[in-house]
Amino acid sequence: MPEITLIEAVLQAMDEELARDERVFITGEDVGPRGGVFRATMGLHDKYGGDRVIDSPLSELSIVGIGVGAALAGMRPICEIQFADFIHPAFNQIVNEAARMYYRSDGAWTVPMTIRAPYGGGISGALYHSQSVEALFAHVPGLKVVIPSTPYDAKGLLKSAIRDPNPVLFFEAKKGYRLIKGEVPEGEYTVPIGPAKVSRAGSDLTVYAYGMMHHYVLEAAEIVSREDGVECEVVDIRTLAPLDTETVLASFKKTGKALIVYEDNRFLGYGAEIAALLSDEAFEYMDGPIRRLTGPDVPGVPFSHPMQDFFMPNTSKIVDAIRELAGY
Amino acid sequence: MSLTPEQRLEAYHLMRTIRRFEERCAELYSAGDIGGFLHLYIGQEALAAAVKYATRPDDNVITAYRDHGIALAKGLEAGRLMAEMLGRTTGVSKGRGGSMHLADVEKRMWGGWAIVGGHLPLATGLALADDYNGDDRVTICLMGDGSTNIGYFHEALNMAGVWKLPVVWIIENNEYGMGTSVKRASAVEELTEKARAYNMPAKRIDGNDLQGMVQEIGEAVEHVRDPENGPVLFEAVTYRFRGHSMGDPERYRTKEEITEAQRRDPIFLWAEKLIEDGVATQEALDHIGTQVEEEVAAAVKFAKESPLPELEDLYDHVYAD
Ligand SMILES: Cc1ncc(C[n+]2csc(CCOP(=O)(O)OP(=O)(O)O)c2C)c(N)n1
Ligand SMILES: [Mg+2]
Repeated sequence: MPEITLIEAVLQAMDEELARDERVFITGEDVGPRGGVFRATMGLHDKYGGDRVIDSPLSELSIVGIGVGAALAGMRPICEIQFADFIHPAFNQIVNEAARMYYRSDGAWTVPMTIRAPYGGGISGALYHSQSVEALFAHVPGLKVVIPSTPYDAKGLLKSAIRDPNPVLFFEAKKGYRLIKGEVPEGEYTVPIGPAKVSRAGSDLTVYAYGMMHHYVLEAAEIVSREDGVECEVVDIRTLAPLDTETVLASFKKTGKALIVYEDNRFLGYGAEIAALLSDEAFEYMDGPIRRLTGPDVPGVPFSHPMQDFFMPNTSKIVDAIRELAGY
Repeated sequence: MSLTPEQRLEAYHLMRTIRRFEERCAELYSAGDIGGFLHLYIGQEALAAAVKYATRPDDNVITAYRDHGIALAKGLEAGRLMAEMLGRTTGVSKGRGGSMHLADVEKRMWGGWAIVGGHLPLATGLALADDYNGDDRVTICLMGDGSTNIGYFHEALNMAGVWKLPVVWIIENNEYGMGTSVKRASAVEELTEKARAYNMPAKRIDGNDLQGMVQEIGEAVEHVRDPENGPVLFEAVTYRFRGHSMGDPERYRTKEEITEAQRRDPIFLWAEKLIEDGVATQEALDHIGTQVEEEVAAAVKFAKESPLPELEDLYDHVYAD
């Protein structure tokens, strides 16, 4: 199996879906001849033409809004937002329109659209090119939120997202685009939206993560295994909404300890929901405090690189957090 | 409104400073000293200089992320700006913002803004405050051609129009928003037409002609300063010589197109004019070039010798007291 990067997997998924289904089209800023700001759509304009890979004006709310309209009419739009930070002008279209459509029409109208956006820090993007926005959308019933952490899952989940009858927000770890590599079969396969994955088996404690942080968690788990003999179980959440509570609970029941790692700021972040779930439904298995390792509660990732590094969770901070919890 | 010979030389000095500052930024970026995203203003310097001479120092200026030139024109020190580029504590926002968010409220430079178009309603709000308080300040709001396609533009202009607020909107039409040309992104190619919907006078001007712009913008600023008059809009037609940001593969345009545009390099045009009008000799201009070289070198040295922020600074200024 060829080894490819996260972004190549994203590209492959869109390429195959464009070939497979004529209703699929892509729109976003510079997705056409330029191939996208991160080159996720490289070559697709040449292959499928400007009618299916459509450069949009600088108009996020309408990139999403026309996606909603076209999806209502039976198309399968893939809307690219260049950075997750720029999704906010489209908040209304996502939250008020896409998310509520199926419910308000009593099941008559669906919005089979995919919104892709690179998220996260660590590339010196500063305050407006580093945001993690998953919790804002995972909060909204009717939206699906997916964050893949491996190229295999990125391809398989994106194909599922494009085929899904619901609006799916698909966030891609921009720092991992070229850093994260993995084996990906050429051609058709999908990974279902929904199930989380136990990506490493262990018995001492469970670490929950997704996206870029999952990559670092696996590194950290190897380090503590080697140096401390601590065996972490790692759960890759993959689909943040709706959450696979079964897999999340099963691992905790096995280990009794949980660390949740995400780079979004802590307060009311994704980890709060997992912590609440564990204490509600697995209280009697609890063998230590449920810990979160997260970005700090400040309004943005600062530019200056030592401050950015201080902001971001990373492998060594995860190692420390695992050790602390293992020793509890 | 015309410039004195001293101002004309000073404007030359300013444009050379902007150019050299950014060339050094590009080098520092390639060397890994500057990280993140770096958008150069090279080719568009005349507008920054024009804004300086067409306004009062206490007029508000607000712009997008391609902001180094305007920041220098607004009188922000090169050393502190370079320190910001390098994320140092001596930077204009202590390294917190970096290249795209240069600001200094005392100089009424309200910053670079990285969310395209997001600053346009802010400009209307700045002008509202002045109007409300009876201050005779004008707000100059610069933006790229691309930002005229986002909803913010239309709402901000409409409100400024209906409330007759003192804003001079200046679209820097450099022909592209990232890799998308104006005609592929905007339903009207002459962006001045968009102002008509908001009942404001609008004019296309040559964005490489410093003298012409000082004249036009200067008159407009004084017109807008009168609270009876309301906003105006300019479309300054120019060209960016470098990629959208560092590392742009520039597949959307040809080398020939760039070379052709460089024949109208605003600094070159200004130098020609200064010599033609007998304001300066080539030697005098070269001397300015040497001075600029030294000043920018000093800015880089200052930045490099400045400390990086303390990690705990991260938690400062989340809430105001
Ligand atoms: C809301 C938003 N959408 C997209 C971007 C990404 N982006 C940054 S600059 C840019 C092009 C803007 O072009 P223009 O307004 O013409 O300004 P120029 O870069 O030419 O100075 C884009 C798409 C952004 N920063 N903010
Ligand atoms: Mg432009």
